[in-house]
This record gives sequence, C-alpha cells and structure tokens, in this order.
Amino acid sequence: MLKRTLLLILFLILSISLFSENDSLIFLENQFPCEGFYITGRDIPNDGGSGIEINWSFPDSLDNCFLTVLRRDEFGNNSVVATDLLVSSKQVRDVSSDEEPSRVKDGIKYYYTGILSKKIIDENLLNILKEKSYLKNGTYIFNNDTFYVTSETDAVISKASWFNLSRIPVLISLIIIAFVFLYYLNLAKSGKELYIRKINGLDAVEEAVGRSTEMGKPIMYILGIGYVTDIPTIAGLTILSRVSKKVAEYETKILVPSYDPVVMTTAQEVVKEAFTEAGRPDLYNKNDIMYITQDQFGYAAGVDGMMMREKPGAVFLQGLFFAESLILAETGHSIGAIQISGTTETAQLPFFVAACDYTLIGEEMMAASVYLQKEPMMLSSIAAEDLLKVFIMLLIIAGFVISIFAFGFNIGLFKNLFDHLVNALQV
Amino acid sequence: MLKGKGIPIFITFLTGMIMIISFFIPHKPFGDIEKISLTWYSIIAGFTMLLGVDSLIGMHFRKLKRKDENWFFSLVLIIGFTATVVVGIIETVRFGTAFDERSYFTYIYNYFIVPLQSTMFSLLAFFIASAAYRAFRARNFDATLLLITAIIVMLGRVPLGEQISPYLPKFTEWIMQVPQMAAKRGIGLGISLGALGVSIRIILGIERSYLS
Repeated sequence: MLKRTLLLILFLILSISLFSENDSLIFLENQFPCEGFYITGRDIPNDGGSGIEINWSFPDSLDNCFLTVLRRDEFGNNSVVATDLLVSSKQVRDVSSDEEPSRVKDGIKYYYTGILSKKIIDENLLNILKEKSYLKNGTYIFNNDTFYVTSETDAVISKASWFNLSRIPVLISLIIIAFVFLYYLNLAKSGKELYIRKINGLDAVEEAVGRSTEMGKPIMYILGIGYVTDIPTIAGLTILSRVSKKVAEYETKILVPSYDPVVMTTAQEVVKEAFTEAGRPDLYNKNDIMYITQDQFGYAAGVDGMMMREKPGAVFLQGLFFAESLILAETGHSIGAIQISGTTETAQLPFFVAACDYTLIGEEMMAASVYLQKEPMMLSSIAAEDLLKVFIMLLIIAGFVISIFAFGFNIGLFKNLFDHLVNALQV
Repeated sequence: MLKGKGIPIFITFLTGMIMIISFFIPHKPFGDIEKISLTWYSIIAGFTMLLGVDSLIGMHFRKLKRKDENWFFSLVLIIGFTATVVVGIIETVRFGTAFDERSYFTYIYNYFIVPLQSTMFSLLAFFIASAAYRAFRARNFDATLLLITAIIVMLGRVPLGEQISPYLPKFTEWIMQVPQMAAKRGIGLGISLGALGVSIRIILGIERSYLS
C-alpha cells in the first residue's frame, strides 16, 4: 500500500515537473547559432522627437529568422515594439503615432532587447517575456522551441531636433531662389521691360470664347481631378479667372463641372469675382459651377454626358488629369469644340497634344496668369524661373562632364567630385 | 492698416512663411503644423462636401421639376443617391461598417459601381485608337517622326519585334530611356520651377487672381 502511494506521488511529481517544464523558460548556453547578431538603438535624427530607431546587424545565415523587439523604460515598464520582423529588414522604428501618441516620450531612457527565433513567436511566450524585468543574453527554450535573446542596448533617449540638417541643400537652394526672385522683382520695379515668349494656347483663349459666343454655345471649363492644394489646380483656377472675365465680356455662359467640393466653391467665387470685375455680376449663375462626383470615372462619365448634351463651343481642360484625360478630350473633339488643355502630368500630355487644338505644356500652364496679365511684377517671376533653369542646365552639364571623367576615364578625383555633387544635391 | 484684400494676402503670406519654416524645423510647434493644417483641411473639406451634395442634388431636382430634356436620368441619379446613402447607414448600424462583406452596400459597390468604373476605363482603349490615328497621320515632318518612333516602340514591346530584329527591343529601350526620358525630365524641371514661381507669387501677394 505504502509502495503504491509512493509510486503515485512520484508519478505525480514527475508529471507536474514535466508539464511545468513545457511552459516555462529554460536557459541554455549558446546553442542557437547567433554569433555576429546584435542590436543597437539611437534617436531618429532630424525628427520632431518621440522616435527611436533600432538597427541590427546579422550574419547571412540568419536571413530567414524572425526578430521580436522588446522595450524597457527607465521605470521598469516592458512593452513589445514589434513582433516577428524578418531579420533581413534590418531596422524598425519605435515611434509615437496618432494611434499610440504616448509610445516613446522624449527625455526618458529606453533599453531594447531582441528575441531571435526561427518560428513566429508564441503569444504565451510574449506575455512571459513582457513580465520579466531582465533577460540574460543567451539561448532559451520554450515549448520545445529555441530562441535567442540579445543583450540589452545601451540607454537610448529620444529628443526633438531644432533643425533638419538633411535639408540644408534645400535651404541653400531656397536662399539662391529667393535672391534671384528678389533681384528680378527689383528690376521690374525699376521699370525694366521683361520679355515673355508667345504662348499660342493662351492667345487662343479669346478666339475660343468668341467662337463659342458666335455659335451661341456655352464654354466648358474642366479643372480635372485635383484638389485645391494641388498647384496645377491653383494654376487652373487663375486661368479660369481670366477666361470667366472674357466670358462675362462676351455675355456667354460658362459651365464648370467639379470633382472636389472645395474646388467647386473656390471656382464659384473665382467666376463670381471675374463677372463682377467685368461689370456683369447679373450674368453670374452659381448653378453653372456644379459638383459631379469624387469618383474618377464617374466624373469622366458625368462630364462626357454634359458635353454631349450641352455641346459647348469651347472646352478648357486646365488642371490635374490622369487616366480620364483622353476620355474627356476625345469627347470634346467629337462634338467639334475648340479645345485648350494644360496639365503638369507628363504622362497625360501626349493625349492632350493628340486630341486638343492647343496644349499648355507644364510650365506654360503655370505661366498662364502672368501671360494673360503681363504685369511687370508678375513677369519678373518668369524671368527668375528662366535664370534658374539656366543654372540647373549648367549643373546638369557639369554633372555630365564630371561623370564622363569619373567613370569613362576612371579618374579618382572626378569620382570624388561626382560623389560630392550627388551628396550635395540629395535631400 | 490691413483692409479689403490685404487681410487674405497677409494671412496667405504668414501661412506660407510658417509652412516654409516648419519644413526646416521639426521641433514642436513647427513640426506638427503640416499635419494640423491637413486636419483642418479635412474638416473644411467635410463641410464643403455638403455643399457639393447640395449642388448635385439641387441641379437634378431642378431638372426634374422643370421636366427638362432627359429628366429621367436625373430621377435615376436621385434614386441611386438616396438608396446608396440609406443602405450605407443601415448597414453601418447592422455591421459596424458599411463595407462588411455581407452588407448590401458592398454589394452595390461591387456590382454597380465597380462595373461602371471598368466600363468607363475600357472606353479609353477606343479613344486611344482614335487619338493615335489622328496624331500619327504623317502630315508634316514632326508627325512623321512621331509615327516612325511610335511604330518602333510598339514593335519593340511585342514578341513580333524581337522576331523582326533582336535590336528592335534594345532600340525601343534606348528611345524610352534616353530621348523620351530627357524630354520628360526637361518638362518636369520646367513644371517644378513653374510651381515654385506660382507659390512665390501667391505668398508674396503678386498673384491675386485666386482671391475672390
């Protein structure tokens, strides 16, 4: 009887010990081949704070392993930064975000530990690790899976930078650009005449509006699918102002189907102001500047339908266009409207050139308001742009010549020079 | 003293300068300005959407009321709009999101909106053909050059081109990487400088046509 009881107790002790061994961490000396693997942390440079960058170096043999990064703060609180990252990703950032604003705080010391495993890490293990105040560097076993714990990084403190040093080349460019613009502005103020070349597309504005009026048809002005924060849309709105003024003078009708409600309200104000300036506020009809939809092809369908029904005599396509550009331009062409287009999207320019009568290519669109107004102060900015263009061209030629000497003739001095040039221009 | 258009011009100048400064200074309060202004923009855009809907529905209601030509399509639009909004609200209440796999809103999106979008997009193929026909007509030297280049590029991109000559795909690649890319980058530089010019003109108050 006693023997039986003792055997039962022994069996129970053995079972409990085996069971508990399965669910607890067992520390082993280095059995998982992790030589050369270590992690480091540093404050993210040139940022607004609340961000730490964790980097790791590793031998090629660990390429397909997974890494989990744990964080401990100076108060002893543990948390998980990231789980199951592929070791080959080399880096992870521990940053505060909108979802987790208090993740990393400036001025607090943080310590990071990496958990290297061959399998995706177990949720139970993660909870156990989070509860440990300190993990000794080495290999562990949990549920028969082996994983390696790196040594903790040195204390890392995040802080906000007062200046983004990586943007120094931009600052230098800004100073040069501001200087050139101010120089030409002064030149314009002193009364010097500045030249702007002929832009056929803009000269045709009057012809297009006049033709439409003669035919008794409205004018359609399409601002594309950009938002009011996009420069092409802003440029399109400035051209709309001039076109609307002409429309008011000719006492005809302008239709502006819009993709974005903010653009629609802005366009309404622009047209209203232009009609008032032309002395015909009575002709302004708010309902002629209408919202269609914010769906790209829904917008194209809506505008196409309107074109087919209203048959405008002139169609202006000025703004930001993507795949719908040709759908709109070809429909305009099919109804026989005179079409003046302009966009900064280089991929859409060939479509406009093929389907429209006149196309403002990129910068011509930006210069349109200057061209239509021809005020000396406005012209000065175009002259400044041209000078900057010459400067950029010289820079390109210099880069081209240096690269020939550096890589064509393999001259070390030019290689260094080329590297410096590339580094200086990189942001 | 600031008055009339001076006030918006001053606000524009101030905002422009703050945005430029915030580009170089990541520290608070400058670092967050771009994010904050985008949030403001989203709020304003949310309210203007109401104006947009008012404009759209108002226009079609007027058409319906006056029994204008094609008024039936306005009726379709109003019914479609109302049905989508109602279904969207009901399904959001039912599933927590309108885009749940089981929701009728997802059904409307997958079986009405997506096919309609695809239909419009597929029209592009026919429009490309008609536009290409006009663009490639050899009327003058430029158009002829365009025609020849287009033929080379098109042939170089299909297996037939390789069958004609193994140099054709290479020549196509050269056209795309050298003359095409050079022109594209040239235009890109002009656009960037133009955008810079527009921005400076607006910030300094020289360009005022956007003001109402």
